[in-house]
Amino acid sequence: MQNKVGREIPDAYLNDYALYESTKIGNPTIQKVAPKISVVKPGDEKLVASIEEAIDLAGLKDGMTISFHHHFREGDYVLNMVMDVIAKKGIKNLSIAPSSLADVHSEIVKHIESGVVTKVTTSGLRGKLGEAISNGLMDEPVILRSHGGRARAVETGEIQIDVAFLGVPSSDAYGNANGYKGESVCGSLGYAKIDAKHADKVILLTDNLVGYPNTPISISQTDVDYVVEVEAIGNPEGIGKGATRFTTNPKELRIAETVNQVITASPYFKDGFSFQTGTGGAALAVTRFLREEMLAKEIKASFALGGITKPMVDLLEEGLVEKILDVQDFDKGAALGMAKYEQQVEIDASCYASPYNKGAVVNQLDVVILSALEVDTKFNVNVMTGSDGVLRGAIGGHQDASNAKLTIISAPLVRGRIPTIVQDVTTVITPGDSIDVVVTEIGIAINPQRQDLIDCFTQAGLPVYTIEALQKEAEKIVGKASPIQFTDRVVALVEYRDGTLLDTICQVKD
Amino acid sequence: MEKLRRTMMFVPGNNPGMVRDAGIYDADAIMFDLEDAVSLGEKDAARLLVYQALKQVDYGNTEMVVRVNALDSAYGRNDIFAMVKAGVDVIRLPKTESAQDVIDVEAVIVEAEEKFGVPVGTTKMMAAIEGAAGTLNALAIAQSSQRLIGIALGAEDYVTNMKTRRYPDGQELFFARSMILHAARATGIAAFDTVYSDVENEAGFRAEVELIHQLGFDGKSIINPRQIKIVNDVYAPSQKEISHAIDVLAAIREAEEKGSGVISLNGKMIDKPIVERAERVMLLAEAAGLIGKELK
Amino acid sequence: MMEIKQTAMAGTLESSDIQITLTPIAGATEIHLDSSVGKQFGEQIKQVITETLASYKVEHVRVDAVDRGALDCTIQARTQTVIQRGLDQVDQVNWEVL
Repeated sequence: MQNKVGREIPDAYLNDYALYESTKIGNPTIQKVAPKISVVKPGDEKLVASIEEAIDLAGLKDGMTISFHHHFREGDYVLNMVMDVIAKKGIKNLSIAPSSLADVHSEIVKHIESGVVTKVTTSGLRGKLGEAISNGLMDEPVILRSHGGRARAVETGEIQIDVAFLGVPSSDAYGNANGYKGESVCGSLGYAKIDAKHADKVILLTDNLVGYPNTPISISQTDVDYVVEVEAIGNPEGIGKGATRFTTNPKELRIAETVNQVITASPYFKDGFSFQTGTGGAALAVTRFLREEMLAKEIKASFALGGITKPMVDLLEEGLVEKILDVQDFDKGAALGMAKYEQQVEIDASCYASPYNKGAVVNQLDVVILSALEVDTKFNVNVMTGSDGVLRGAIGGHQDASNAKLTIISAPLVRGRIPTIVQDVTTVITPGDSIDVVVTEIGIAINPQRQDLIDCFTQAGLPVYTIEALQKEAEKIVGKASPIQFTDRVVALVEYRDGTLLDTICQVKD
Repeated sequence: MEKLRRTMMFVPGNNPGMVRDAGIYDADAIMFDLEDAVSLGEKDAARLLVYQALKQVDYGNTEMVVRVNALDSAYGRNDIFAMVKAGVDVIRLPKTESAQDVIDVEAVIVEAEEKFGVPVGTTKMMAAIEGAAGTLNALAIAQSSQRLIGIALGAEDYVTNMKTRRYPDGQELFFARSMILHAARATGIAAFDTVYSDVENEAGFRAEVELIHQLGFDGKSIINPRQIKIVNDVYAPSQKEISHAIDVLAAIREAEEKGSGVISLNGKMIDKPIVERAERVMLLAEAAGLIGKELK
Repeated sequence: MMEIKQTAMAGTLESSDIQITLTPIAGATEIHLDSSVGKQFGEQIKQVITETLASYKVEHVRVDAVDRGALDCTIQARTQTVIQRGLDQVDQVNWEVL
């Protein structure tokens, strides 16, 4: 059956899933779930000698669901370390529900092959793991969720975490933890906080055990069962991988400059506006250009949101941004900002982006700049599958933040010979209904639903194209690509943030 | 109408990615380099790459220039033939010392145009002056061919030749710049300034662009797209200049409608140089996006 | 028919380029393509190489092409370059086939 973004959903999934309908989530009444608590009485110790002991005490068994957070991004040691211990113990048939996965987690392949892991839900899949899954490694399709969608699924019990293994840069022996003290700082623990609140058992791993009480308290002793001291939980260098360098690539700079023009010409660019940018050189360049415009026009932002980078913290320090609402930090500078500035406030993933609470911060967002692997002529965006159909991306907060008043996709027309603006995206990750403007190196395209923005940007003299014209320009440059061949076998399901089924991803043909 | 040549972007001729993307930065002219930017073993490859790009890539209205190798090298003649066949707008001569250098290249261009059935005279030329002799011969060089659209200063070789180096204030180039400008203005062709190679030094670059703008150069050779915006900023006329130009052009139209020979604005007579300046201001203003097309 | 005299190479492994090696062989022409965009453009790339070889009347060669997302104009230019190098005619451009 076809859903409302025109994706054919195999009948096999119609029992378990409602089909995607709309970006408008309405006002449903939902029920949150609470975890089982094994009471810790006075005199009990939480500090245990090893990961193995913690696993035994937590009662991890075949078939359970475990979770991890991805605050260390490419620098994470925790997931691989824990999975090795679990595998050695002979536990099988686990579901893993990390908040996301990076290249560094490709070791999971061997745990899937040996039957230790049989189900996966995540926001991202990359590297060898993504490749293996795209080639049919797993029997069960992976469930892909946005950060907001995952928070919703955890809070409503769709993801029921039996044991959460959470790496923390500092903790006391009784389980009070935060992310910005110690050797391996990651800053906000926004994704971990949700798991700590909802998992039946919570095991903290830290390489920085401090005296009681450790404050500020990001993860609280009231939610923690065990604490394990390990040699190292992550490599801080890996946190900022690929995210922190200001681009000198002229094409990226040109796109960033145009993004900046779009923002500053928009009606939202006024004192007290709010914005979110992603990672990558172009996003940092936008932040820099925006800074110049804010200074020139004496405009201050009320808050900046999302994954935070150092240049954003610099804006805070300069007084151009009043508050940072911080769910994750993309580099050490941003992570350290958490310790330094009380206006840089940690928020959890639900507060950041869940569609099903009493109002997430994304609901308050004016402007967001997001990236894309592909955008199609319906403005649908793909950030998950590469042009060869292989899983190599992450939904992240894409679906969630795109509900901002002005959602800008910044993407080159083509990458090498790969067109970015296409007729139909390989995989729909964010529905075109929530995308307002696409910015490329040759010009911009505006969603026809936003006549107000078409008028505004045309009047401002911006190079306005139709999305169809951009697609044709891309095709003129690279030629017509042959469609990618897939088998009928589904390897991943893409949920929209509200839990409806948005798209399916099939195994690639050799 | 005069053609704007504020920026001429140098692009190495053997780099497919840069050749492909050259058109997206709104440079007024693009110069593919087959000479200094290409090693001896890759001259054949660069020539064919630029040839195919000129034929197949859509560079819009951008003026396409190719710097060929010198005629006395093993590559110059083939370069010229290939570029004429590809339909390049302008062939740029390196290291031009005398009028004869231009005449020699023109003869090869004519040969190529005849061979490939291109109307003789289609291919334009520009000459780069990169030494003491060329500087002193600037006027003769500028007068040497009807095909010349402009002459340019190549400062790196020039300062070596002059036994100096480049300084931030540009004193060492003052004479050469003046010679080239005068030769260009005396013959009605364009004058281009040299490159500024420290891409990271935006302040230094801006200062140099301000200097050559003040002197009267048509534009600057650039080596990175990031330099384009700075040049265009410097060349953008002020609001005051624009409103004055609009008034001048309105006064002319009014006088033409009345059939009046004498044109005046606020009691001052408007003569030809003022009109020319006003037209150029409007051209620059439009290019800088400061006015819409309808005002022109 | 034009005879490729020697193994020749043109192009680089940089992004947007294609590196092509030409080796004379006894049998029919073979094209071996390794491309980052092979799934979408593999056939088109081979076709450009085949047509360019044909325009020079080159047969009996093994073509090894490592493509990094080159456009057709680049593929054509690199194939022409490698053919001229293989024919040992680097400085005698064949204007008729260009």
